[in-house]
Amino acid sequence: MTGELGQLALCLALALAVVQSAAGLLGLRSQPMARVAAGAATGGFTFVVLAFGALVYGFVSSDFSIVDVADNSHTLKPLLYKITGVWGNHEGSMLLWVLVLSIYSAAIALFQRGGERLSTAALGVQGLLAVAFLLFILLTSNPFLRVDPMPFEGAGLNPLLQDPGLAFHPPTLYTGYVGLSATFAYAAAALITGDVDRAWARASRPFVLIAWIALTLGIAGGSWWAYYDLGWGGFWFWDPVENASLMPWLVATALLHSALATERTGAFRTWTLLLSIMAFSLSLIGTFLVRSGVIVSVHAFASDPERGVFILLILSAAILGALALFAWRAPKLESGASFAPASRETALLINNILLVTALAVVFIGTIYPILLAAFGVRLSVGGPYFDTFFGPLFVAMMIVLPFGPRLAWRMGDLKTAARQLLPALVAAIVAALIVLFAISPRTLLGAGIFAVAAWVIGASVVDAVLRMHARTLGVAAMAAIMAHAGLGITLMGIAGTTLWRAESLQVLAPGETMSIGGYSLRFEGVRTLFGPNYRAEHADLDVLSHARLIGHLAPERRMYPVEGQETVQTAIRSTGFEDLYVALGDDRGQGRWTIRAYVNPLAPFIWFGAAVMALGGAAALAARLRARFWSQSPSPAMERA
Amino acid sequence: MNAKKRRRLYFALALLVAGAGGAGLVVYALQDNVLYFYSPSDIARKHIRPGVAFRVGGLVEKHSVQHEQGAAIGFVITDGASRIPVHYQGVLPALFREGQGVVAVGSLDDRGTFEASEILAKHDERYMPPDVVAALKRSGRWKEGQ
Repeated sequence: MTGELGQLALCLALALAVVQSAAGLLGLRSQPMARVAAGAATGGFTFVVLAFGALVYGFVSSDFSIVDVADNSHTLKPLLYKITGVWGNHEGSMLLWVLVLSIYSAAIALFQRGGERLSTAALGVQGLLAVAFLLFILLTSNPFLRVDPMPFEGAGLNPLLQDPGLAFHPPTLYTGYVGLSATFAYAAAALITGDVDRAWARASRPFVLIAWIALTLGIAGGSWWAYYDLGWGGFWFWDPVENASLMPWLVATALLHSALATERTGAFRTWTLLLSIMAFSLSLIGTFLVRSGVIVSVHAFASDPERGVFILLILSAAILGALALFAWRAPKLESGASFAPASRETALLINNILLVTALAVVFIGTIYPILLAAFGVRLSVGGPYFDTFFGPLFVAMMIVLPFGPRLAWRMGDLKTAARQLLPALVAAIVAALIVLFAISPRTLLGAGIFAVAAWVIGASVVDAVLRMHARTLGVAAMAAIMAHAGLGITLMGIAGTTLWRAESLQVLAPGETMSIGGYSLRFEGVRTLFGPNYRAEHADLDVLSHARLIGHLAPERRMYPVEGQETVQTAIRSTGFEDLYVALGDDRGQGRWTIRAYVNPLAPFIWFGAAVMALGGAAALAARLRARFWSQSPSPAMERA
Repeated sequence: MNAKKRRRLYFALALLVAGAGGAGLVVYALQDNVLYFYSPSDIARKHIRPGVAFRVGGLVEKHSVQHEQGAAIGFVITDGASRIPVHYQGVLPALFREGQGVVAVGSLDDRGTFEASEILAKHDERYMPPDVVAALKRSGRWKEGQ
């Protein structure tokens, strides 16, 4: 019964999405139509929630008469993974996609940011997207299809996805991906209505912020999962799927900065519009790459070409439509406000150029093998390509970064800014010297990268102190300070793990010891344990430092008989400054096993920095919401930020 | 042409030159950093220089896996038509089995052995790497005996 209810709810949501798009786009000048669009958005949201709830119920109650549940769930699965299994498959994840989309539509309808005209047009665009994706679900990926006869037991969920960290990875990333649909809708709305003004930039900003925070957390979470679940000791592999999430993040970061200028002085208006379109376009391209089966990975659920073609059609229609609208309307906009070469705008412009160039590098490296595959040439682009281009671009960006917050809008004073940043320069030099003379092996690259990281973090401190003295340290200013410092922290983590990692691979018999980076690992042997739906080879290792027992690590390899798959469970001992990382290898007979161990210096900084960045984003969002709900005009502190 | 227009033209030209230069550099860098995929038959046919990195895929030949000193391991990848000996020092993926599909990343040494730096196997019993499927199809051994 619930399956049919879910199906019905989806159909009703589709009908309301049609109403929403028609009322939103055709009824721009009429107030009743605006109300119809808003009502359809909230109604559509309700029905999508109902449909999603029906699917969750199907998974939790193990209703194997629903194909999707039978293919992806199992009675023995723990409850948490029954629920998260809802989006651990193609159909359910597309429903989650639409759920997030409808949440954003409801939010636009509810808050009516940027005035009724603009938000109504935005609702129209959102409605079109909802129609496209609901049709996609109903026609090619229906999660409520029934199977007869009903199987006695389900096929289970990919064990790689049976992980608490990964359980919330998809909703987080989707909040980011789809959040960019709201900025896309606002940009299209601004082009349709012609209201490309500061009010528009202000209206779409919270959505950019939410999407950016979610993407930051989603990417960091995914990389953390790759770190501890794949057993390779790495955190980023330049895998096409990772790139698919990184590309929207790069554009969203650029957009976050250019929209700031648009909102403040009206500069970069057309550019901000274009970035808004690009950001969501890359989300769609990411969805296509990940979901169509073009790329083979744990994320690629669907290998049905029909679905790939359908997503490709939606993608082309959305991107080409928006770009056509942009090409038609943008030239009619008056050119933006002017600014001096030494100004906040120039700093933001450099930031944007570098970010978009970095995007181009990642885009080319990701698309190139896919394009060539169409001509029968099979190749993959290696990590060194991305490292050689992406690395220097990001470092260049971080060298320029500290000047931005210290320069005034329209016309700044470069000399004063440089003088103010002197302490940060000292910090950079000290950091470089420490790396050169106190840490082995000695590396010039490491010294350079740590200098840049210290430069950015130092500049954040300088900024905080100066603003505190001038009594302008508001929440919005804190946001930028935190986000920038977080970036510096993450850079330290990346450099630390890649430059000074120690690695050791040994075959050990019980009682034998291996040493790595100041630790000794004593192998106690492997036992077989049984989990709820898996069998584990469980290794016990004692960790010794200077002949003193300091801890215990227990890496595992798990076999999931239902799914016929094996996973690696690494064991990590973190001091906050370095990780001792152990993975269990293969059985070499007579109780001997291969053990792979790493010491990853500063690895925790990677995710700590990302969390600080996201917190910065949250502070910016808080400043916005406070300004909206507590006073009609932005606070003075916010104006200066 | 007034001064403003001329300035814009120069700006556009500079942008174009910078863009073209950048694109050229990127494509150049790509050439050095792509990993081609070859089947054992491809390797037998093309003369790949030792030290050039590439990926090779096929099936792990039955009874070919040999544990060597320490964590080193030797085995043979075959596509049914040709075979290539592989040497690897490291942890094998969970579902590495004789007779199953595998992709190795590395390069040939002077004696024609493939020195692997990374071994990728499927993480799912039903899944076969698509490159391996294509290689097996080309050598006519896909789904043979099934």
